[in-house]
Amino acid sequence: MMDSKQLYQEVILDHNKKPRNWGKLEEATHRSEGVNPLCGDHIWVAMKVDGDRIEKIAFEGESCAICKASASMMTTAVKGKTAAEAGNLVEHFRAMATGKEDLETSGRHLGRLTVFAGVRDLPSRVKCAILPWHTLHAAFNQQGSTTTEGAADPVAQDA
Amino acid sequence: MTATALRAPGGNERRLATPLDVERLRADFPILHNVRIDGKPLVFLDNAASAQMPQPVIDRLVRYRTWEHANIHRGVHYLSETATAAYEHARSIARGFLNAGEDREVIFTSNCTDGINLVAHGYGRKFIGAGDEIIITHLEHHANIVPWQMLCEEKGARLRIVPVTDAGELVIDEYERLFNPQTKFVAITHVSNALGTINPVKAMIATAHGHGVPVLIDGAQAAPHLKLDVRDLDCDFYAITGHKIFGPTGIGVLYGKAKLLESMHPFKGGGDMILSVTFEKTTYNHIPHKFEAGTPPIAEAIGLGAAMEYMTGIGHDGIGAHEHALLEYATELLGAIRGVRLIGTAKEKASVLSFYVGDVHPHDVGTILNQEGVAVRTGHHCAQPLMQRFGVPATARASFAFYNTFGEVDALAAAVRKVQKMFA
Repeated sequence: MMDSKQLYQEVILDHNKKPRNWGKLEEATHRSEGVNPLCGDHIWVAMKVDGDRIEKIAFEGESCAICKASASMMTTAVKGKTAAEAGNLVEHFRAMATGKEDLETSGRHLGRLTVFAGVRDLPSRVKCAILPWHTLHAAFNQQGSTTTEGAADPVAQDA
Repeated sequence: MTATALRAPGGNERRLATPLDVERLRADFPILHNVRIDGKPLVFLDNAASAQMPQPVIDRLVRYRTWEHANIHRGVHYLSETATAAYEHARSIARGFLNAGEDREVIFTSNCTDGINLVAHGYGRKFIGAGDEIIITHLEHHANIVPWQMLCEEKGARLRIVPVTDAGELVIDEYERLFNPQTKFVAITHVSNALGTINPVKAMIATAHGHGVPVLIDGAQAAPHLKLDVRDLDCDFYAITGHKIFGPTGIGVLYGKAKLLESMHPFKGGGDMILSVTFEKTTYNHIPHKFEAGTPPIAEAIGLGAAMEYMTGIGHDGIGAHEHALLEYATELLGAIRGVRLIGTAKEKASVLSFYVGDVHPHDVGTILNQEGVAVRTGHHCAQPLMQRFGVPATARASFAFYNTFGEVDALAAAVRKVQKMFA
């Protein structure tokens, strides 16, 4: 079992305390709401997409530190990226968090987002880390809301 | 009387007394000294979710499976008779544990949820109709909400809810005001699983009976802590589960007054619950067998009997006194940590402590506590309406059993301080 100190690293605690791109985005073109009913994580992701590029992104909500830090770091990672580039990050983040990809591969695609790799050893926390990415994906697909449970379960899907 | 010297935070020497020889009892629980988390000793404080089994219960299960197993109430052969006798003996033990009047008032179920569903179907579907009302409380576990909600939906009946105060106590005046001629049933928890509140069920039952209304008590969380006496309470039904009282999973007990049980529909149809079957008509068996369709969890029932005997052997007075001392100590230690908010501060409480650390999400608290070897439950505790009442999505919950020590409370407090420091 991994050391949760490795999970609750300084960078995660910092993003939890001072989340980047926190708040509403009035001029959003894409929005989605993500809910994990099992643990109560509940976030909103809003983007202004210009052409194919994420020009602005914001999030807010109530969640655990892992979810909030993941959302915060996600927004900084995808800002300025194209839909395809962001989609690539979503895919690799999910693969990393669910242990479907070796860390070296994840590292090449995700850079410092691999700080969340520790959740792969904490099955009950995987969805906390994935929820923001799942919500970003839903926003791109113009789905108003998404959940980590049932048919949309990212962990079950990948299993 | 054993006393343990401890140094409390702040350096004041204090003596914590308990009537139990806890170290000797702990020796009966292999899991408590065999499991280490990241090299740290396990501090198991998730007893309200499921308690650990002592060696005598494990041994009884092994003995049954090794030497005694056959189907019950069937064969005339040796093993079948041995198994039947052991299963029915477990029923007698359960009768004694609940202080019921007769063995036939004791039904083996698969858990507390199953017992409540049995009553919702067997009694509710027969005697509750359109426009009728069922009283439950804001403290209920989903197991004592959803079956009644389903019944209400089917019958066009209505749920009425007894509110709770900020301390987590039921508002008894409001309870009394809820009764009217449409009130047909009351279902309340004896002890709140999320907050630990002990409800004044005896008086609440008397109130209901004053209106001619039968009462079911959800005793899942009371059975590990309190001496049970269904005849003193005068409840009509009392449901408990095995795995919370140091027995196996998959087994529970429902007590019901014989007259009521006899008047009810069966819950499940099948073998064992019949006297005779033709394609035209089935005659149901007598109670309790009428409610025990199919081959039951025989080993688990026998194991539950062993667990009840184990608890009775320790004695409920000792268990209660030790747990109360643990609760008081934990309440004091956690209460002294800046930013810790205790959820549920009723005057009468079982050894359950729900808390919030600053604005740290309970799941983060649980993960970090686990790193320190401390197992607590985090989540909504299957009591979402209650969480909504207190404006939190979830809490962290420490729940103590007779085998927990003051040192483990210290470990909990130290781990909580780590959380607070990490998120400072």
